[in-house]
Amino acid sequence: MSILTPEEWGIIALSLRVSLAAMLGILPIAFALAWALARVRMWGKIWLDALVHLPLVLPPVVTGWLLLLAFGAQGPIGRWLADWFGVSLLFRWTGAALASGIMALPLMVRAMRLSIEAIDPKLEGAARTLGAGAWRCFFTISLPLAMPGVLAGMVLGFARSLGEFGATITFVSNIPGETQTLPLAIYSAMQMPNGEGLTLRLALVSVVLSLAALVGSEWLMRRGMRAGMRGSGGV
Amino acid sequence: MFEIDVEIRRSGRVIAAACNAPAGLTGLYGVSGAGKTTLLDMVAGLLSPDQGRIVVGGVVVFDKDAGVNLSPQQRGCGYVFQDNRLFPHMNVRDNLIYGMRRKTKGRNGVAVMSLDQALEFLGIGALVARMPQSLSGGEAQRVAIGRALLSAPRFLLMDEPLVAVDRARRDAILRLIERVRDELGLPILYVSHDRGELDRLAGMVVELG
Repeated sequence: MSILTPEEWGIIALSLRVSLAAMLGILPIAFALAWALARVRMWGKIWLDALVHLPLVLPPVVTGWLLLLAFGAQGPIGRWLADWFGVSLLFRWTGAALASGIMALPLMVRAMRLSIEAIDPKLEGAARTLGAGAWRCFFTISLPLAMPGVLAGMVLGFARSLGEFGATITFVSNIPGETQTLPLAIYSAMQMPNGEGLTLRLALVSVVLSLAALVGSEWLMRRGMRAGMRGSGGV
Repeated sequence: MFEIDVEIRRSGRVIAAACNAPAGLTGLYGVSGAGKTTLLDMVAGLLSPDQGRIVVGGVVVFDKDAGVNLSPQQRGCGYVFQDNRLFPHMNVRDNLIYGMRRKTKGRNGVAVMSLDQALEFLGIGALVARMPQSLSGGEAQRVAIGRALLSAPRFLLMDEPLVAVDRARRDAILRLIERVRDELGLPILYVSHDRGELDRLAGMVVELG
């Protein structure tokens, strides 16, 4: 493809890598939180719920700054990571993935929580009377029935990560080849003299990727809705 | 077969029940809200009583004072629910074999029944590839009975199994339940609000509420 230069392909590849890592990395945490919010009776649930949604409403620059405080060289988690594993997320693509993942978390939790709440606990009770232990019940009944929401949450989280800007640039800066994802590259291109062409091409790529993610998520939702309708039809 | 003496507080109301049921089919009779389903759920282990003791076929499954409370999967009960509760994401065959992995401790009821025998016994061989939501009420209830029987239960709990079944199919299911009672020799607790149904099926009727 001669429309895009190798550098531009590199930006797209980095963006996809960061978003995929963000979504997959945050997935187990998002699912656990969704499960806890949907199912576990606990004190202070309203606060946990608020905390999960915080990245959705907080200025992204604040989220990025908080990450910097926690994961920076002097931050509690940053120092612990450096001491025990010799790694730092600062100015690395892994740090960009962390920032994107945190920003995607609320959307993923929302989608999954809805479909977990829609599971009839009586079906799980039926499985228990048929001899299934807690784990078999989870993997054969709860998880398959929650799957539409899990898949929709994954696509939404991935799409949200692709567009992440504020928290990423605050936390890991804007380093070509390492942390410069599509939105950051577009931001840089806009400030370059004669960068209009590059801006336009990258913006078009953004539109195409976002459209693909939205159509994909809509398709999954519809499939899930059909499965859900099948699920509730018999009773 | 069933020695039950329990008490539970549900939404501010105390439901108490005591009965000593012999082998065979025992009917639980009472108006709606008398706690019939609550009692079955306690025997199955889906609800824990606040007080009391439940013994089934000589096995103590719940005893508040002795601190015994077997989990549902340990109790070996075949529970046929009022709303059938077939798993919506599995076809009839997968629903039927879901409980076949259980190794029931102690006296095995009908562990001998194979899937093919169950299909024959219940007349549902043609349904195996269907999804539950495509079944009629009567078909779904027969599958639910089959799923309970195939889980090698020590005893059966049936909660108004005829409610979702149209009138024309009721007699067939009633005959089927009579066969389960007579040929398999499983102790059965059977909930209904229809006295005639119980007079036909039950050796003893316990009135609740």
